Amino acid sequence: MTAPSTNTAKPATGISALLKTAFVNALIALVLFSLMIGIRTEAGSSGQLTYWTRFGDLASIVAAVFGGSIAIELLRQWIGPTGAEKLVPPTVQSGISFIGRYLAPALLIFTLLVPVIFYNQRYILDLAILVLTYVMLGWGLNVVVGLAGLLDLGYVAFYAVGAYSYGLLATNFGWSFWICLPLAGILAAFWGVLLGFPVLRLRGDYLAIVTLAFGEIIRLVIINWQDLTGGPNGVSGIPRPTFFGIPLDNSDDGLAARLGIEYSPTHRIVFLFYLILALALLTNWATIRLRRLPIGRAWEALREDEVACRALGINTTTTKLTAFATGAMFGGFAGAFFATRQGFISPESFTFQESALVLAIVVLGGMGSQLGVALSALAMIGGFELFRSLEGYRMLVFGMAMVLIMIWRPRGLIGHRAPTVYLTKAQAISSDLVKEGHG
Amino acid sequence: MDYFAQQLINGLVLGSIYGLIAIGYTMVYGIVGMINFAHGDVFMIGGFIALITFLILISFGLTAIPLILLVVLLVSMAITALYGWTIERIAYRPLRHSFRLAPMLSAIGMSFVLTNYSQVAQGARVKPIPPFITGGYTLHESTDGFVIQLSNIQIMVVITTIVLLAIFTWLVSRTRLGRDMRACEQDQTMAALLGVDVDRTISMTFVIGAALAAVAGLMYLLYYGLVDFFMGFVAGIKAFTAAVLGGIGSLPGAMLGGLAIGLIETFWSAYFSVEYKDVAAFSILIVVLIFMPTGLLGRPEVEKV
Repeated sequence: MTAPSTNTAKPATGISALLKTAFVNALIALVLFSLMIGIRTEAGSSGQLTYWTRFGDLASIVAAVFGGSIAIELLRQWIGPTGAEKLVPPTVQSGISFIGRYLAPALLIFTLLVPVIFYNQRYILDLAILVLTYVMLGWGLNVVVGLAGLLDLGYVAFYAVGAYSYGLLATNFGWSFWICLPLAGILAAFWGVLLGFPVLRLRGDYLAIVTLAFGEIIRLVIINWQDLTGGPNGVSGIPRPTFFGIPLDNSDDGLAARLGIEYSPTHRIVFLFYLILALALLTNWATIRLRRLPIGRAWEALREDEVACRALGINTTTTKLTAFATGAMFGGFAGAFFATRQGFISPESFTFQESALVLAIVVLGGMGSQLGVALSALAMIGGFELFRSLEGYRMLVFGMAMVLIMIWRPRGLIGHRAPTVYLTKAQAISSDLVKEGHG
Repeated sequence: MDYFAQQLINGLVLGSIYGLIAIGYTMVYGIVGMINFAHGDVFMIGGFIALITFLILISFGLTAIPLILLVVLLVSMAITALYGWTIERIAYRPLRHSFRLAPMLSAIGMSFVLTNYSQVAQGARVKPIPPFITGGYTLHESTDGFVIQLSNIQIMVVITTIVLLAIFTWLVSRTRLGRDMRACEQDQTMAALLGVDVDRTISMTFVIGAALAAVAGLMYLLYYGLVDFFMGFVAGIKAFTAAVLGGIGSLPGAMLGGLAIGLIETFWSAYFSVEYKDVAAFSILIVVLIFMPTGLLGRPEVEKV
């Protein structure tokens, strides 16, 4: 698998080395997959295990590894050791940065027009809502991970708190979405603070495991506290959102009847679309504003160097707690939206996979980059859709993509960003120069 | 009292399995400084390979149980170790000098790959095997008829763990490889300057960790009599919790943490509620970390300025 460094000097040894590498790789693949792929087990009707062989599949995988390693090695020799610079010439790079300046506004205008363009394509509207939900979650987590540098593996817990807050308040007390939305945010922020307290003294990976444990605790409590949450059955019959009190349905006092237009179920979808867009933009706006305030700068200082941050007299306790609370609040908003969109919530929606997905969106997009997070949410959720027909292979491909993107661009898709404060002139700095995520 | 003693035995056995997985986490963390999220799935793969090897051997008509166990142990250790080696080469080595989050995300990605690879390759259903090792001893029978049982499989799990731990401690403290590992743990650059092959040492760390996880997978298979594609996630988090609880980077700490988690889980299930046993384990982790941020046997973290 390692590229011989002098492979261009002697082509003859290059070819034999190439074949040798490919052969070794194929051999490794043969041993790895021999039992897992070559033999398939299944429990029979009487609980007795049976097995059958699949040597054909095994052979084709080994052959694919053999061919694949030759192809990759040839590609590597052709590109050469520098790789990335040769792949993207400077002229193209300047073009990209030119596009980058206008990409965000263009994307926003396009997003605003999505319901107009795709009015009759329900599937695309639903997908757009899903993508925007993840954009919002990504931007929310970005406050915690991207700005404050606190690694949170249990973000989905706040999403769950928001969703269940709305679901339970709405079904038990009949409160409207617009009262529950801020409540869901407040409750989630409260849980963020609660999680923040034990975490205050922890750093780095300890923080990661505690947040992961916290996320699991919330999920397990939701599953087991059947009297309150309905357990694995979830909460159903969650009321649909209203247009500030006016229901979006076919009734006489519905919005369509009041406006005197013909009712269409798409109205509700379009309304949901603009609702989540507004929530996401609120998150984005708040994040950008907060970054310029002392608290936002304290977050970034905390991310860069906690010790220096403390030496400068910044109260790291309140800084961390506010970061957790703010991130959690946006997660709670997104959760309330999720509950009202689905009309049904169950613990299955709030697994570790979701947390990892949102974290992957933030890191792959480039931590701290608002545009990057939005683009990677689009790529990941949209890309996910492409594999909908291959249900079993989806997470497999997702995992591989995570590994490959990390190897290719460990700093995420957009590894550059404009600093919040600068001395004389604004210039983007490479994120290689900062040591974020070191908290 | 008898009930307590029985639960103590059960807890220690479960704790031994967690401890074996936790050692893999602690070693990798000590040397490379990353959470190997895929380690729980390596444990699951080890269980599957053991299961398949069992099936093949039985269908070939082998009946000598010690021989079967030995072959299964060696095969699952060897193949799973190769999995550990390959994972390190593909997903972690290119990110060795990258920033801290990159290898972690790559490890989470690898964990998804392994879970779903196993689901695609072997199906989502639980795979049971018939009990191989039966029988046991009655330690004590009280007047009201409660019996303290110590089954042969429990004895085997504990003895295997002790033997492996002894071999492993010898490996780390007495051999050349162990010295290299400790050197890399201290300072990788300095170790490399002094002629330690850092890449090879890290590879060997993953190989040994995966082999231990395979033994844990085999023990789990024998003890519970089943494997499924999703068991790596929960067992992995528990074992990682154990490693953190014991003080990550410390080998005796990993074993101690494993036993602690096993005991907490068992006693909580026995005296309170089974449903909340995981909640109890994770809550205790959080409580311990509040008061001892580096775990039970961990060294205080030095702040690098």
